[in-house]
Amino acid sequence: MLKVSNTEEIVFTPELITKFNEIVARYPEGKQKSALLPILHLAQAEYGWVSTPVMDKVAEFLDLKPIEVYEVATFYTMFFLKPQGKYVLEVCRTGPCCLVGAEKIMKYIEQKLEVKEGEVTPDGLFSWRGVECLAACGMGPVLQIGPEYTFYENLTEAKVDELIDGLRLKTAEKAQII
Amino acid sequence: MGRKLLLENINVPGINTFDVYRQKGGYRAVEKVLKGMSPEDVVEEVKKSGLRGRGGAGFPTGMKWSFLAKPEGKPRYLVCNGDESEPGTFKDRYLMTYIPHLLIEGMIVSSFALGANTSYIYVRGEMMPQIRILEKAIAEARNAGFLGKNILGSGYDLELYVQPGGGAYICGEETALIESLEGKRGNPRIKPPFPAISGLYNCPTVVNNVESIAATVPIINDGGDEYAKLGIGRSTGTKLISASGNLNKPGVYEIELGVPVEEFIYSDEYCGGIANGKRLKAVVAGGSSVPILPANLILKTLNGENRLMSYESLADGGFASGTMLGSGGFVAFDEDQCIVRNTWNYARFYHHESCGQCSPCREGTGWMEKVLHRLEYGHGKLSDIDLLVDVSKKIEGNTICPLGDAAAWPVASAIRHFRDEFEWHVSRPEEAMDRNYGLAHYADPLPKPEAVAAN
Repeated sequence: MLKVSNTEEIVFTPELITKFNEIVARYPEGKQKSALLPILHLAQAEYGWVSTPVMDKVAEFLDLKPIEVYEVATFYTMFFLKPQGKYVLEVCRTGPCCLVGAEKIMKYIEQKLEVKEGEVTPDGLFSWRGVECLAACGMGPVLQIGPEYTFYENLTEAKVDELIDGLRLKTAEKAQII
Repeated sequence: MGRKLLLENINVPGINTFDVYRQKGGYRAVEKVLKGMSPEDVVEEVKKSGLRGRGGAGFPTGMKWSFLAKPEGKPRYLVCNGDESEPGTFKDRYLMTYIPHLLIEGMIVSSFALGANTSYIYVRGEMMPQIRILEKAIAEARNAGFLGKNILGSGYDLELYVQPGGGAYICGEETALIESLEGKRGNPRIKPPFPAISGLYNCPTVVNNVESIAATVPIINDGGDEYAKLGIGRSTGTKLISASGNLNKPGVYEIELGVPVEEFIYSDEYCGGIANGKRLKAVVAGGSSVPILPANLILKTLNGENRLMSYESLADGGFASGTMLGSGGFVAFDEDQCIVRNTWNYARFYHHESCGQCSPCREGTGWMEKVLHRLEYGHGKLSDIDLLVDVSKKIEGNTICPLGDAAAWPVASAIRHFRDEFEWHVSRPEEAMDRNYGLAHYADPLPKPEAVAAN
């Protein structure tokens, strides 16, 4: 799982370090380990996933042993331990959403993106996976996209089309500008 | 229309901002406690209100507060549990999204009552938008002098922070939540010691659900006695119900406890009946962990009384014929839903979410998922059904935390009430792949109480 594919030295930007320090200040002296989850979220937002070098660097920053970071990152399902698509579509797969069609939506996403759950599209743009209850059962089926965790509710196939096509278009337009 | 205490102003434009919330009488409870009440007075009002923990366990909040140890020289902590992950439950998301200041106000009142000067709101990591909303609301409250040093000149200091989780259901269990807040894996702790004695950073700690904390605001404003007048019996006050599944109007409803289940499902004030003109087959009334009931048993008790949305009425009959109010996650199943498939889905959830500390839960949840999968996909044996009951019994009560029970109950109850549907999956596997079992007898009127007594 913890494959090292990125061995260059990780350097956190000054902006990131400022944010990290703000978080550490929330806890009593010597309890900086409490900052681990919020900091891993920020690191994942920056790098797209949490590689071993990133975890090692977080450990160094918080004065923890690397294992203390690994054991946490592997426990919480929100942290990606391998590279993902730029947009990760996370669809709720739990009971209440399935009563209103979540399984169909997942199948449709799989067909549309032409990749299996957990795989990345060849253009690097998308990956998708089923996740457990997102606490939005009354608006099901639902999906979220990190790192902002934007939420899409009452999904239909048409809404999935609109979302995926929209993200493709956005990326293509950006590429043209560059 | 039932009385609303938490969602009374939910439709007021801008109620998510400090200014509008304040105009509508917000932060009065903070003024009241800081200017004229002692922490003990606040605890007393909450005790009088009869408020019971809204996260699922239903333990009296005032009593939980009174257990908090107060050793000299040690800080005390209030941690709000916003990990909301119980399938079927989405009321805390709603509250934090649309009326965040109600939670902030409740946190100030409750922190004062407990003597906490630093408090945390632990919100599940997937709710990043809600975390941003709360952080903005905290900044607004601080600018207005309701947080920070010497609040309203009272000499009371409070710092309030929001902590994200990482996507683990188990962190809704209070000691797992504390572990997670300390930056560790969410493994529940062995109790005792209870958090009231040794919780966050080994200091006395209270962990309360979002809705419980919010409810302290109307309790302080109107008094505990007034709050206790609402509801029925020991189910005092109002409760947020998350309604989902095959309903015409799914959503979050604030009910006065004691509303008949039938009215909640069918009246236009609430869910407006079953979607697409279908008939009701089953209900999970309090989040995925509580026993599932067929339509006839959710609407009436075995004694022939109307079942009510209250802690006591939903539990009437024990697990033989009743269920629990739990977190208020109300999931309705129409006649086209497959109980076996749903039970497998829930079992997969609990297997996925087991922290792995206790072997009955770690191994048992996976075993149940596997057996249910083969039943659902037509490879099951008749003996598998009793095997599931056996495994569920061996998990129940044999784990550090209640996740084991929560995993066992949905399976045991589904078999208790829908055994013939499971048997049909074994006897007619090909048919079961093609179509669903349907409504069968699950909505038939219950036998008359005399007939039950005679048996």
